[in-house]
Amino acid sequence: MKIIADTGKCVGAGQCVLTEPELFDQSEDDGTVIVLNDKPEGELVEKAREAVNVCPSQALSLQE
Amino acid sequence: MTTAEKPVLPVARTCPFAPPEEYTRMREDQALTQVSIPDGKHAWVVTRHEDARRVLNDRRFSSNRFHPGYPFLVEGGNPFRGSQARPMISMDAAEHSAARKSVLGEFTVKRVDALRPRIQEIVDGLIDDMLSIGGEVDLVDMLSLPVPSLVICELLGVPYEDHDFFQGNTRKFASRDNVEEERHAAVGRLRSYLSDLVTAKEADPGDDLLGRQIVKLRAEGTYEHEALVSLAFSLLVAGHETTANMISLGTVALLENPDQLAKIQADPGRTLPAIEELLRYFTIVDAVTARVATEDVEISGTTIRAGDGVVVLGYPANWDPDVFASPERLDLERGARHHVAFGFGPHQCLGQNLARAELQIVFDTLFRRIPTLKLAKPVDDLAFKDEAAIYGLYQLPVTW
Ligand code: SF4
Repeated sequence: MKIIADTGKCVGAGQCVLTEPELFDQSEDDGTVIVLNDKPEGELVEKAREAVNVCPSQALSLQE
Repeated sequence: MTTAEKPVLPVARTCPFAPPEEYTRMREDQALTQVSIPDGKHAWVVTRHEDARRVLNDRRFSSNRFHPGYPFLVEGGNPFRGSQARPMISMDAAEHSAARKSVLGEFTVKRVDALRPRIQEIVDGLIDDMLSIGGEVDLVDMLSLPVPSLVICELLGVPYEDHDFFQGNTRKFASRDNVEEERHAAVGRLRSYLSDLVTAKEADPGDDLLGRQIVKLRAEGTYEHEALVSLAFSLLVAGHETTANMISLGTVALLENPDQLAKIQADPGRTLPAIEELLRYFTIVDAVTARVATEDVEISGTTIRAGDGVVVLGYPANWDPDVFASPERLDLERGARHHVAFGFGPHQCLGQNLARAELQIVFDTLFRRIPTLKLAKPVDDLAFKDEAAIYGLYQLPVTW
């Protein structure tokens, strides 16, 4: 599984970071998402799914 | 359906802990309902969770308050008429995205975390004051309003010697006890204060939100005094009564559910999830999220025509039983993060993580330092803001 982030759509709400700081961070500059680990495994897979669900702008998707 | 039969928005709350029945009925009856709004026009109302998220994330719906079809739920229509700089809340697409990204760096999860020690100090100081007074105090006055006010001061870089002026005026503009003119006067004083503050920072930017924005926007060649004053004022307004009311309502809910409060006190890790549930449960800005369609759009089988206004009601959406089982049950452990209390889509609340941090620090500190806190009046006698655009409490008398 791979996490795809579209920073063009990202509105910087940080919901992904709140869900899993091991997978996501935000740019200091414009607050948009930075994917720290785009190939989560184990428990992090569920977290990635949750982040996709709570992201308010559909900036995140998963390639299964 | 004739015009006369159309439900009229906004609907006042009748029970402090449940949405108006009208909202529930609308959600159960059909996906979209046509309603009458104060200016005599009609608008579509969205009440289901899935539809709410869809509409708010669909760029064919515009936030432009200057569009003739934009539905206002307050008498008098567009409150931004005549303002010099268009507020971010009214922008769309690329223009909105650029304005938002310019200030977003100030509200990242990390940035907000860095503010926590200062928020803690503010909350501790206010609770010290409460404890030194004793007897019966109004929590709205002593804690709920001053917390967001002082945090905004900190963020904007309001100099310490101006705190009292700033806080006094924000208190006036947020309070019902003042006649309309006094509230307007307070808003005027705050606006001109913020304009002076921005002018001072133009000469000497300093390391705060406004100062950093000035430096950054000047470097980009896009700096405008009025736009920054407008941003400062938007942050002040947006982050004020909202957070204050959630502090008051959340305190009532926690005091009324001692078993659940005990669990939070035993494990501070439970506070954040509990806050999500409190946000869902009260959805204090249920009726302010509106859009206008820029082209024909089909939502759940109904075509919304270009130019039609759409009101997304967060309250029924957050009480949609398809998404939140037994929504009337306050369940602080339900994991309610997908609520729409902060809106959804590109305009989702910019300051939400700051609000979360303030609420978390307040609830953890208040109940740790005053474990015997209790309401000084029964819940039924409290002054809830049933008709206000932002739901909350006018006063919250407590003792311990
Ligand atoms: S949750 Fe979505 S919009 Fe928010 S920062 Fe993450 S990717 Fe961006």
